[in-house]
Amino acid sequence: MIAALLHGLRLIGARVVSGIWKLGVASRFSWLVISRSGPSFRRFQLTLDQIYFAGTLSLIIIVVSGLFVGLVLGLQGYETLKRYGSAEALGTLVALALVRELGPVVAALLFASRAGSAITARVGIMKSTEQLSAMEMMAVDPFARVLSPVFWGGAFSMPLLAAIFSAMGVFGGYLIGVVLIGVDSGAFWSQMQANVDLREDIGNGLIKSAVFGVAITLIALFEGYDAPPTAEGVSYAVTRTVVTSALSVLALDFVLTSFMFSGV
Amino acid sequence: MLTGEPLAKLSGVRFGYDSRVILQDVSMVVPRGKLVAIMGSSGSGKTTILRLLGGQVRPQTGTVTVEGAQVERMSYRELFALRRRMGMLFQFGALFTDMSVFDNVAFPLREHTELPESMVRDLVLMKLQAVGLRGAATMQPSELSGGMARRVALARAIALDPMLILYDEPFTGLDPISVGVIGNLIRSLNDALGATSIVVTHDVEVSFRIVDFVYLLSAGRIIAQGTPDEIRASTDPYVQQFVRGEVDGPVPFHFPAVDYAADVGLGGRA
Repeated sequence: MIAALLHGLRLIGARVVSGIWKLGVASRFSWLVISRSGPSFRRFQLTLDQIYFAGTLSLIIIVVSGLFVGLVLGLQGYETLKRYGSAEALGTLVALALVRELGPVVAALLFASRAGSAITARVGIMKSTEQLSAMEMMAVDPFARVLSPVFWGGAFSMPLLAAIFSAMGVFGGYLIGVVLIGVDSGAFWSQMQANVDLREDIGNGLIKSAVFGVAITLIALFEGYDAPPTAEGVSYAVTRTVVTSALSVLALDFVLTSFMFSGV
Repeated sequence: MLTGEPLAKLSGVRFGYDSRVILQDVSMVVPRGKLVAIMGSSGSGKTTILRLLGGQVRPQTGTVTVEGAQVERMSYRELFALRRRMGMLFQFGALFTDMSVFDNVAFPLREHTELPESMVRDLVLMKLQAVGLRGAATMQPSELSGGMARRVALARAIALDPMLILYDEPFTGLDPISVGVIGNLIRSLNDALGATSIVVTHDVEVSFRIVDFVYLLSAGRIIAQGTPDEIRASTDPYVQQFVRGEVDGPVPFHFPAVDYAADVGLGGRA
């Protein structure tokens, strides 16, 4: 009985120690990626290539999802606002919901699934096929040459993608509210203009999406770099990237929101 | 016995991970200009020696010296300066899959030199011509056969005219023609570039044809060394088993296990 209890305690202890160990390794890894950022800016083409890989190639899913989220928001928002006789506030509701919350969070979840998983798979396969080792043996630092540009590419792309997502959502809300249902176009836009604050709402939304971009890209890079060099290892790493990124985004969103909008 | 000024040297090297010992008390000398093979069965610690020479891992005890400098004591910057003068061919080529053949070979030149693009082009074509693949310059790594990929990786390894070229299992998974081609290239490039080469392999036939000297490893120790002829003439049972490729001998066919009859439930009746 006591032996079984001790065995259980040992297992828990081992898990905690291994978790803390991994957190330490991940922190050190993140520091290496960020501290070796020189070439990402001196040779900006390296970062531009990664913005294309993480950002441009994610555009379709972001644009289509943003549009549909806006369409749904327009429909649901109109149904609710109509009951209180304030359907003209539809523009405000759609815009605030998007720039404050849905834009950064949903775009980040899509970014984690589309770009985060691709980054992990790519880095994992580069490592398992010894491409990163080969680079090291050619006296080229893989952190500076490969990992850091990927990090900055993801960090720059994410706020842009979130902004595009929100813009498409507002357009979707306009299509449903103004074009289809017949809400007054002037009221839709003017109420939105009057009630959406550039710094409080759009600015904070952009900060959120930048934080999500940094978190997702670092998680994706670390999981790829840390993946065992087997097909199974890389596939588990991709899954971990999506799950860990999604949970991190939701947790960070709560923390950031409580700081940013606590006084509102 | 190998003579000549040593370019690379291991003295009393021990290396392992946690309690697992990979190399113990390994000492070897690689003289300048020579082509040396490190042979042994899988898991004998051959590739670890290349990783020690490139400074990717450090010995637990002993010293690793390249051109008179101790590799394990080098700073990050010194290590990178040393690696610029080394070339390494990885087991499966390790070509960058997002770049063409041309860009793969141009990679070290573009990273380490300020040469104009026209000169980079000339140098890349020269290296590809040396391995017979100038005509494949625009191809992608995914379009190459195993032998071609290995030759492109070889062209990339010699792009900066290295003093020391390391080959990790260069013949693995290749057809006999490609094995012959790669073998001849390793010898001719070593001599033409005035380089020194270390080939990690277990391919007896082709390596005995091209190398000057052989170190034979077993379970992390050097158990024989000499010219290919001396190794062939050795009476050591392990050396004989390795050179002749015999199924059973000092290295048994069966991995240690409990008695077979007992394992299949016939213990009482056997």
